[in-house]
Amino acid sequence: MLEIKNLHVKLEEDDKVILKGVNLTVEAGKVHAIMGPNGSGKSTLSYVLSGRDGYEVTDGSAALDGAELLEMEPEERAAAGLFLAFQYPVEIPGVGNMTFLRTAVNAQRKSRGEEEMSAGEFLKVVREKAKSLKIDAEMMKRPVNVGFSGGEKKRNEILQMAMLEPKMCILDETDSGLDVDAMKLVAEGVNALRSEGRGFLVITHYQRLLDHIKPDVVHIMADGRIVKTGGPELALEVENNGYAGILSEVL
Amino acid sequence: MALAQAKLDAAEARLAALELPMGGWSAAARADALARLRAMGLPGKRDEYWRYTDPATLTSAMPSGAALFDAGDEAPLFDGIDRVKLVFVDGVFDAAQSDDPAAAGVEFLSVVKDIHWAQGLYGVLESRGQTPVERPLAALNTAAARDGVLIHVTGRAAKPVNLIYLHQNETSDAILHHVIKLDAGAEFTLLENGPAAARFNQVLEVEIGDGARFHHIRAQGRDHERRTVTHIFTRLGAESLFKSFTLTANGVLTRNEAVIELTGDDAKAHVAGAAVGDGDFHHDDTVFVTHAALRCESRQVFKKVLKNGAVGVFQGKILVKQGAQKTDGYQISQSLLLDEASQFLAKPELEIYADDVKCSHGSTSGAIDETALYYLRSRGVPLRQAQSLLVLAFLAEAIAEIEDEAIAEDIRLRLENWLARHES
Ligand SMILES: Nc1ncnc2c1ncn2[C@@H]1O[C@H](COP(=O)(O)OP(=O)(O)OP(=O)(O)O)[C@@H](O)[C@H]1O
Ligand SMILES: [Mg+2]
Repeated sequence: MLEIKNLHVKLEEDDKVILKGVNLTVEAGKVHAIMGPNGSGKSTLSYVLSGRDGYEVTDGSAALDGAELLEMEPEERAAAGLFLAFQYPVEIPGVGNMTFLRTAVNAQRKSRGEEEMSAGEFLKVVREKAKSLKIDAEMMKRPVNVGFSGGEKKRNEILQMAMLEPKMCILDETDSGLDVDAMKLVAEGVNALRSEGRGFLVITHYQRLLDHIKPDVVHIMADGRIVKTGGPELALEVENNGYAGILSEVL
Repeated sequence: MALAQAKLDAAEARLAALELPMGGWSAAARADALARLRAMGLPGKRDEYWRYTDPATLTSAMPSGAALFDAGDEAPLFDGIDRVKLVFVDGVFDAAQSDDPAAAGVEFLSVVKDIHWAQGLYGVLESRGQTPVERPLAALNTAAARDGVLIHVTGRAAKPVNLIYLHQNETSDAILHHVIKLDAGAEFTLLENGPAAARFNQVLEVEIGDGARFHHIRAQGRDHERRTVTHIFTRLGAESLFKSFTLTANGVLTRNEAVIELTGDDAKAHVAGAAVGDGDFHHDDTVFVTHAALRCESRQVFKKVLKNGAVGVFQGKILVKQGAQKTDGYQISQSLLLDEASQFLAKPELEIYADDVKCSHGSTSGAIDETALYYLRSRGVPLRQAQSLLVLAFLAEAIAEIEDEAIAEDIRLRLENWLARHES
């Protein structure tokens, strides 16, 4: 589904190289996790895949179901089925959360040649999904992420994902800032979306999220590369022993 | 002194090119205004109050032409609102295109018979508004206006009155002077839209009685070369409300002045504007709010979106007089600059002679938030639509000053249409 080959990325503004040859394939129906020390390039990978400005791809490719992602505008990537739950969700004063969601849902439908969702239908679906994430009606009326607590912002990301039903979901530290109960809600939200046609790439530092969202494959990223790939046991090893052992082993 | 003489000469040249109205109930007020104008002269660009806006094309004897704007098949503004329509074509009332003014209690300045209630008001608020800052173009208006509406609101008006200003003659030069009086407890909504003329000078005097509520929403017409100067003079009684919102899209020169006097305790005055300009666009909001009573609230919310060298100006003053305790004054002026060629000039001023007041003012200029833009696009919202959402979000605080949601929606739609026309 998602195929990243030999991806090299540097900052546009200066010569700092961040990704130094990432190779990673996520198959449909699978959950892959990426762990790795702070600053190893995990968020950069997710930004580059979703089309954020400021990075320059110097080598390599990334394709979603065979379509080359790196050539597309951010909105085209979204329409192609890519979704990034941000590590730091963005506040947009003046744009209501509900308006934002509805605009996004209908824009994607339009780009796929589907009919727009009626206001009534949209409201019904969004209410139901918001409820399961314990997002109340008042939060839906507020401007996007403005004044939301850290955990509320993360739940709002998952709500967007649930509404947009992307085929490739990247979650960047969605667990950080969540309390134990909220983490369960978010994990349930993700698990509800798990299906044969959908892939997940879950970036996290902690095993506790992976207790709820069971990964099929775990990757370790260090200094801009995937340095080790294994099963769920790899996450447990990180949890127990940190990265020192793994890194000394591969270097 | 040569400068002062030039201003006096400009006034005479302007007057010579006008056909002044004769006689009628407003003759004394007009004569008074004429004398004031002759003493002040017309403004020049060296005047402190015109530092950021060159008044030359507003004061010249003859107007410059303005091509007519083609709105295509767009529905007219306020089309879905139940209202009384009064149409002016190049500044002249057109009964054939209008609803019955009498049914809505509307009279006209051009009518010769005595209109007693207006006699004590016409030119009165304008004249009060000449201190501490001179506003010669308003005095010119009082002296030379040949028409305008006179509305005496005694209760809760059944419908808004919509003044529709059509522009059909490319070199028209219109002067209109409206007077509105709200008795105690009355409520009234005035809607205005359209360019009015190639050059338009308008004065609106509004006397608001105790507990009365006045709502004003206007859109100034999109003819690119139109030149407009407007003055609102209002005086508020105790516990009354004044709310005015202006949308300005296009126009090579617009100067909107609002002179607001809070004279009764616990009154509230809100004045707001959203201006969008692309290229040859100069928009000036000049506001003077005087707090002269207890516990009054004033809000000034002005937002401008500028691109391709467009210029925005804001001069806003809050004057709190001695004894006007518990004043709550708020003022914000912001611009969204869509490129580096555009500019925003702001001069916020506070002058406070009471010790127990709360006044805040802020002025900013900024570009579109690239991170927010990326976030929207990452959710599948196309670039243009994302930009348009962010521009509307920027203007939201000003639009929020419109109480009627249907009218606010109309204004938003007009803005969306403008943005769609000015994509690039
Ligand atoms: N725009 C930028 N300007 C400067 N440095 C940057 C920029 N973006 C990323 N970096 C640097 O690139 C490296 C990788 O950052 P990235 O955010 O991808 O790490 P991460 O693996 O997500 O870390 P964490 O676990 O702390 O979230 C860091 O050293 C970071 O400082
Ligand atoms: Mg990160």
